[in-house]
Amino acid sequence: MNSSYAIPAVALVVVATVLVGAFGLRISRTTSDFYVASRTVGPRLNAAAISGEYLSAASFLGIAGLVLVQGPDMLWYPVGYTAGYLVLLIFVAAPLRRSGAYTLPDFAEARLASQAVRRLAGAFVVGVGWLYLLPQLQGAGLTLTVLTRAPDWLGGVIVAVVVTATVAAGGMRSITFVQAFQYWLKLTALLVPALFLVLTWQHDGAPRHAFDEPATFREQRVVRVDDAIDLRLDRPLTVMVTGTVDGRTHTATRLELTAGTHHIERGTRLTFTRGAPVPEAWRSGGGDLSPSQAESREERPLYATYGLILATFLGTMGLPHVVVRFYTSPHGVAARRTTVAVLGLIGAFYLLPPVYGALGRLYAPELTLSGDPDAAVLLLPDRMIGGVGGDLLGALVAGGAFAAFLSTASGLTMAVAGVLTQDVLPSRGVRHFRLGTVLAMAVPLAASVLVGGLPVADAVGLAFAVSASSFCPLLVLGIWWRRLTPPGAAAGMLVGGGSALLAVAATMGGYPGEGAALHALLAWPALWSVPLGFLTMILVSLATPGRVPPGTASVLARFHLPEEVRSEVTA
Amino acid sequence: MPQDHTERRVVVTGPPRQTVPHARLRSRGRYPQASGSYRPRTEIDEQTTLGHTYVRSLMRTQLRAALTVITVLGLLVGPLPLLFAALPDARRLEWAVLGFGLYVPLVLLAHWYVRRAERNERDFVRLVEDR
Repeated sequence: MNSSYAIPAVALVVVATVLVGAFGLRISRTTSDFYVASRTVGPRLNAAAISGEYLSAASFLGIAGLVLVQGPDMLWYPVGYTAGYLVLLIFVAAPLRRSGAYTLPDFAEARLASQAVRRLAGAFVVGVGWLYLLPQLQGAGLTLTVLTRAPDWLGGVIVAVVVTATVAAGGMRSITFVQAFQYWLKLTALLVPALFLVLTWQHDGAPRHAFDEPATFREQRVVRVDDAIDLRLDRPLTVMVTGTVDGRTHTATRLELTAGTHHIERGTRLTFTRGAPVPEAWRSGGGDLSPSQAESREERPLYATYGLILATFLGTMGLPHVVVRFYTSPHGVAARRTTVAVLGLIGAFYLLPPVYGALGRLYAPELTLSGDPDAAVLLLPDRMIGGVGGDLLGALVAGGAFAAFLSTASGLTMAVAGVLTQDVLPSRGVRHFRLGTVLAMAVPLAASVLVGGLPVADAVGLAFAVSASSFCPLLVLGIWWRRLTPPGAAAGMLVGGGSALLAVAATMGGYPGEGAALHALLAWPALWSVPLGFLTMILVSLATPGRVPPGTASVLARFHLPEEVRSEVTA
Repeated sequence: MPQDHTERRVVVTGPPRQTVPHARLRSRGRYPQASGSYRPRTEIDEQTTLGHTYVRSLMRTQLRAALTVITVLGLLVGPLPLLFAALPDARRLEWAVLGFGLYVPLVLLAHWYVRRAERNERDFVRLVEDR
């Protein structure tokens, strides 16, 4: 891909982010500005900021890539990301704002008056935040590599430096502007190329087999296999091979592959003829970190789909960067209206990734073999349109992708830094917040450079599962159930969130082999870990009735009473 | 204003209702100061049993609205994976529903909930302030 336009585009986004941030800095005067933008952000600006923050690398690149590889089942991701806001709206939004707390640990302390629960919630916030930051940095690395052949780690480092600088300098006020700006940038960066791509598609006679299974090659295409893979064929397939297949080396040989499994070594070039079906590929040799890559379309059980639905529907409310944003609303009613606007904005955005996924199946089906399906969105303009126009559109997409990494990473850094400053570092001033920012970013950056290789959308899915099993019970029961006790909340978070975390870790470590029923259970923990979290929280709370905090009634009144009724309770 | 209309027609038997000016505006929370102190407000402020009952009733109506929405959401979304599994050939249906069809119902549900929740709160404010 021609990078002569893409690099300026990425640079422009980075510079614009810093400038908008600096503009925020000029009007960011007080400490309250710094943390919660003085709680005066109106629904429209706030909704754009929340959406800008929420639409991450997983949304911008990951969904199209997943749809390309695994078909329409993967569209449950964007549906879940959106529906998560509906669940958040109906159970959490207004009471959370009225609680007057700033972070999830603040909420836990306000509701349960317990330092222990506060610390535990803080630990989970930092864990989920880091888990979610990791794929953002990796996505940035991938984008820059695809665009410029720069080394993998460079994109992550750029994002980390810019984000740390903006957050540390301007705090919440400037981040609000940055993120609102980036929502519209991201929408434009996907919408404009999508329009041109659809026009091209129509010009091609609107081929419709994008929705057929399996995808087929439209024209003769050479595929370079970057990681060793296993191909599974239902029917014999003829390909030209340069490289190693099933242990034998070929040079430009026409090879008839029989039905069954064939091992392709890395670096092999396969030439597929026009109309050939795209074979299914399994990564082999240490690559199968992710739940969804390890399962094929056919083997993905219904269970996994429901697990995904539950995790995304319930996990959104516990994401630390989402929650912090609600405290910037002036009051509970505004918090609700903001959420509705957010639903509209992200719903509109999510109409676009499926378009890229479907077109990717038509025009770039080989990405499933070459190992970087996440790059589909970036490559399509060049592939379909080409020329200067293709390059310019590609540059626009690249800029949008960087906006995605920057905005989500800023929000997460803000949230994690908030917790680190309040609960870990010795004092709470703005200077320590800046130190917290550096810490919040350093750990995932180190991890992304050291670990690498987790598919973007999958890693985000894991963060959702952990959040759904720990924070969702805490928030829902904390807001609606009087008899919640500190031991119950702690036990529920530990059992629900802890077991989800362990299950995910076991899957990543490759503990149960492929295909086992146990594997699906561990790879998609939400379906059992969320009920487990709720159940533990309820049962332990019922078993410790004496520990219900004495102020519960007035705390709940504060959560639920409209602002004009409640007396001036000190928040 | 329909207010005049009702004042002319309705025979007031109890203590006269206090009409709150700009009630709508205030219930949007733009001016969160309360006007005057009436009995239920005091009950709530002083956290008597009666005050708790008021808060509980508000929580219950709000929870009912939330549960209605989550039930509709469950009925809407829950059967879809089963449906798609049962019709493996209906790929285009799956693309259309998941890719484009679900977002509008989600926004409509959210909109309905917000209107309902705000009405519940207005009713509550009226109950508490007008007695």
